[in-house]
Amino acid sequence: MLRKVIALAALGLAISAGPALAAGGAEAPKHVEFSFEGPFGQFDQAQLQRGYKVYREVCAACHGMNLVSFRNLGQKHGPFYDPKYPNPNDNPYVRAIAAEYQINDIDSETGDVIQRAASSADRFPDPYPNEPAARAGNGGALPPDLSVIIKARHHGPQYVYSILTGYENPPAGLNVTPGQYYNPYMLGDLTAFWTGDHHSVPVGGFIAMPPPLQPDGVTFDDGTRATVEQQAKDVVAFLAWASEPKMIERKQFGLAAMIYLVLLAGLVYASYRRIWRNVAH
Amino acid sequence: MSGHHPTYEPKTGFERWLDLRLPIVRLAYETAVAFPTPKNLNYWWTFGAILATMLLVQLATGIVLAMHYVPHVDHAFGSVERIMRDVNYGWLIRYMHANGASMFFIAVYIHIFRNLYYGSYKAPREILWIIGCLIYLAMMATAFMGYVLPWGQMSFHGAVVITNLLGALPVVGEAITTWLWGGFAVDNPTLNRFFSLHYLLPFVIAGLVALHIWALHVPGNNNPTGVNVKSAEDTVPFHPYYTVKDGFAIVLFFIMFGTFVFYGPNLLGHPDNYIPANPLVTPAHIVPEWYFLPFYAILRAVPDKLGGVLLMFGAIGVLFVLPWLDTSKVRSMRYRPTARWYFLIFVLACFVLGWCGAKLPDDPVIPGLTTFILGDSDLNSYVWLSRIATAYYFAYFLIVLPVLGLTETPSPVPESISDPVLSHPAAAPAGAAAAPELRG
Repeated sequence: MLRKVIALAALGLAISAGPALAAGGAEAPKHVEFSFEGPFGQFDQAQLQRGYKVYREVCAACHGMNLVSFRNLGQKHGPFYDPKYPNPNDNPYVRAIAAEYQINDIDSETGDVIQRAASSADRFPDPYPNEPAARAGNGGALPPDLSVIIKARHHGPQYVYSILTGYENPPAGLNVTPGQYYNPYMLGDLTAFWTGDHHSVPVGGFIAMPPPLQPDGVTFDDGTRATVEQQAKDVVAFLAWASEPKMIERKQFGLAAMIYLVLLAGLVYASYRRIWRNVAH
Repeated sequence: MSGHHPTYEPKTGFERWLDLRLPIVRLAYETAVAFPTPKNLNYWWTFGAILATMLLVQLATGIVLAMHYVPHVDHAFGSVERIMRDVNYGWLIRYMHANGASMFFIAVYIHIFRNLYYGSYKAPREILWIIGCLIYLAMMATAFMGYVLPWGQMSFHGAVVITNLLGALPVVGEAITTWLWGGFAVDNPTLNRFFSLHYLLPFVIAGLVALHIWALHVPGNNNPTGVNVKSAEDTVPFHPYYTVKDGFAIVLFFIMFGTFVFYGPNLLGHPDNYIPANPLVTPAHIVPEWYFLPFYAILRAVPDKLGGVLLMFGAIGVLFVLPWLDTSKVRSMRYRPTARWYFLIFVLACFVLGWCGAKLPDDPVIPGLTTFILGDSDLNSYVWLSRIATAYYFAYFLIVLPVLGLTETPSPVPESISDPVLSHPAAAPAGAAAAPELRG
């Protein structure tokens, strides 16, 4: 019993570290549910494909994903997995997606720097050659790599969704720095930019990223209406997959392991009762 | 101990031959099979076996992780993610190792609290207890260095904060810190040596565990009554009685462990550690892993840095002298009705300290309530709550246990282990930990 209490307390402590971080002032993330949540959650492959399209056409202009390879797209539970191609390197979709990119390489004959079409083994190329270039192109801000972004934020899926859909007109009295945008879900302290009453400083912060999603900014191949919310939800699902591509495998393995452990517990308990039956204790 | 009758009989010619030269089978038999164990041990006593199992889990998963991990500032973060993505079952191995550390600490804290409640540290088990404290220290060092290895933001800045604590020591502080870092900042040499030591220390722990078990097998187990074993009737052989009972507890523990690994592998970690380390960007709030939070709260409760460091180490140091601080002749708090309450508050104080460690010191405990400024902070703040809990933590060891042992009137202690067992449950006093449903 106490074991459970302590586990829960430990869990509580881990979670209560969260509010400490939010103390700077940001709106709590919006409540939005995803198919991959919960012990039996699954990725929706159509949604992952739509999400990839949003990433490819919108986010990838500034954000890299340097932990993800093209072959990952065709892995089991991935956006372009096809049971016909258990080896994702054979998947024509994956190969075609990779071939859309040109990446830097060295010509092995001459040693010259060349560009070649990417293969399924290559990682997603970074949009900028280096960090100073990325900062120079974004008013000094560095667009973070998105490979594990969902794991790198408290309430990752809800947080990223809220940032993407949460842009608002700044409240009157807030001096927005040029090149910055007001977003109530962004962690920040706006006291220095607030001309109104000191007790009602707006929550949220400034973000250097302009509102990235526009209604019908992308055209979904499956006919889904591309509202801002839909695009945000789809791209968050894609990013969640990229952060944790083995999530479904983990949950399926977990189910088998838990069933095994529960049965084993029953058997060992029965043995325990039998062995101890003649001992007063 | 009395009633220790080894019954190992070498059966084959080879066993007889070996037994005369290296009686290793005899040793194993006497340690893990014939060892007479009090028959009234409850489930709180299963955590020793759980801890041994967790040590093996950490060693096994850690050795495999080390095959794939790259201890270099440019590659560490990526190599950990590569383990999660490309190594066969790498996600399982890594999540078991990361959550295994937390499980190890959950188990060790329960093990320590059990010890405190049943007075297992008292004569003749002082050395056993001190070795246990050394294991706990080595565990903390190992866990701290392990958390640095993924080289995320919390890894890096946690390492900076903790190593800087040593800089508070007078005269030698700066030299020690530089020596520890292998340079003038936390950098690649630091990561390299932390990896080396993180691999070394678990084997030191394993050695200490061997001594711990040796020291356990000289006086034998304490038990919930705290009464010494008087006759063979009081004991059962370790196998099969306790192998099966410990085995059952281990399986239950693994169900909890599995829940974290499979369904919430990052719940006990911090999201910032999935951001690659960047010395130029400090996280808004640097928080250690949950199992260090009580000590972090003690550290921050003291306005002076050196004072905080000394008090934090003192919180562990006081454990080493505990056997000589507790003056009570009665081991088990089952028969110490007053001490039981102080113990309960002590456990509560530890949880409160852990809670305070996760919070910002100046934040109010009760939101919106402003009381008055006491010293440097509002009384309604986590820093003051930490101070109260810290004061109790030390008072428990330095005042309550020494004084209470002399002043309290314990309830009657049973003649022997079998005595309350045979008249169970009427004679067993109702205590939280003595609740019948928890007894085997």
